[in-house]
Formats: sequence, C-alpha cells, structure tokens
Amino acid sequence: MTALDGNAIAGTLAAVFGREMTTAIGTCASCGRRSLVGELAVYVRGPGTVVRCRHCAGLVMVIVAAHGVGCVDLQGLEALEPEP
Amino acid sequence: MVELFAETPRTKSIAFELDRWPGHRAGQHVDVRLTAEDGYQAQRSYSIASAPEDELVVLTVERLDDGEVSPYLVDEMRPGDTLELRGPVGGYFVWESDRGGPLLLVAGGSGVAPLHSILRHHQAIGSSVPVRLLYSARSLADVIYLPELRRAAAEGAVDVRYTLTRERPEGWQGYGRRIDEEILADVAWSPGERPLVYVCGPSAFVETAANALVDLGHEPGRILTERFGATGG
Repeated sequence: MTALDGNAIAGTLAAVFGREMTTAIGTCASCGRRSLVGELAVYVRGPGTVVRCRHCAGLVMVIVAAHGVGCVDLQGLEALEPEP
Repeated sequence: MVELFAETPRTKSIAFELDRWPGHRAGQHVDVRLTAEDGYQAQRSYSIASAPEDELVVLTVERLDDGEVSPYLVDEMRPGDTLELRGPVGGYFVWESDRGGPLLLVAGGSGVAPLHSILRHHQAIGSSVPVRLLYSARSLADVIYLPELRRAAAEGAVDVRYTLTRERPEGWQGYGRRIDEEILADVAWSPGERPLVYVCGPSAFVETAANALVDLGHEPGRILTERFGATGG
C-alpha cells in the first residue's frame, strides 16, 4: 500500500488542534527522529488513518472518526511542537 | 459554484465564489465533503489551483472512474450549485516570496494543480525568482493548463519542460519517458544553486522524483512533497 503524506490530514488536524499542523514538528517515540508532520507517511485506506515515521516506520498517530466523534491517538509521538 | 471549464477529457477546473473565505496561500488545499440523502459522507482533499490574487477559488479535479467524489464534481455539478468546503488547509506545501528560490516545480498529472497556484502567484507578485516547471503527463492531450503554460513560457515567465509517458506527437522535442534521475539532472539547477523544489503527483511519482533529487545531491530539506492517490478520489 502506498503512503500519502501529512498534507492529507491537514484538514483533520486543523479541526482537532485549531491551527495549522503540517508545519509542526513531531518526534517519533520509536527512533527519536524529528519530522515535519507534512512529511510523515499517511495511510488512509484502513478503517482509521495510520500515520508512520518515514525513517523507522514506527506508528506515530492513529486517527479514527466514529459516530461523529474524532479521535487522534498520539502515543507514538514523543513530542509534537507547533511551528513557533 | 460559478463556472466550469474542461481542461482535458478527464479534468475540469471548477470555480467557486466563497462566503467567509479568509484567502489562501499558494499551494494550500481544501477538503470537499459530500453528503448523500441517507447521511453517508465522503470527503476528499483538492489542491487550490488559483492564485491568492485571483477573484475566484478554482479547484482542478480529475475524474476517477471508481471515485466517490470526483465523478460528482466533474459530471454533475452545475453553476449555481453549492458545496461544503473546509479550508484552506496546509502550511507545509506552500510557496511565498520570502521562501525564495530558484524554484523548481515538478508535476505528475493532475499534481500540477497546486503548482499552477504557485506559478500564478509568482507572476501576480512580479517575483524575480527564476522558476522552472517539469511536467509529466501521459500525452499532450492530458496536459492541464496547456494554453496558459505555453503563453507563460512564450512570455519568458516560466521555463516549462514536458515529458510525455505514453503518447507523443510526431516530431516531439520533449522527453518521452517516466521521470528519472537523468531528466531531473537536465532540468534542475545544480545542487550548488540550492533550488527549492516542490513535487506533487501520485505517490510513486513523488517517491521517484524526490529520491532521484536526493541522489543527485539536493538537500532533502529543500524538497517539499505532496502525494495523492489510492484514496478513491
């Protein structure tokens, strides 16, 4: 399955965080590499959206919308820093 | 929706007049949401093809036969119809004059849409940043914005190079294969000139182009990518 990138979840993240997030920097909890959210690998074909680190393929985010409620699981991120 | 323009047999540019639109930056996109009578919703992202300076907001949409959203936008929508849009969104794949250049735009198919916004913005602000567009399409008939690109190239506003992967007119002078390192080495400025590169297209196209540019010695941090595909359009 080919990955899209963080641009594909810009709208969802903006709705959740109330600000532009593709320019935020996420630190992968698996390998510690820092990446722009816009560069992360995004898989949208499953029941939820899965976001992985491009360096180690570690799972960094899972986004699920059900019954009108959006859920963003960020356990795979050690840090998420919005652009200053 | 205000007007509709057929760009190629499968692609239309659809112009909207939007209430409460805050304006956008060149390269941003919107999320389009369709709701069926039974409440079923489908959402897709489309790049904004118009420049921030343009009066109307234009989306260029390629019709995917098995898509849930694009067939409606391309075949069913009529002027006067309304649509639910969220945006503008995205701040990563954006070009503004303070980002500088030289600017290399690499388009695969309908991935040219946000690059068209960047090109128009570049022209609208009278930017002196040198700009080149490398555009990969199946055939000349599949090249979106062809008359406009030819005009802009003739005026010297942009240097446009094409590669046609399936069908080429007789006597074709451009490239005739899928994008590769050799084409990019020809078209891109040298790594020492530190071009700022925007690549947009299907995932596989973007991977190939971005990896080739890195192999050629370009700085990964100056290669910005936007992928689409495999989402059902």
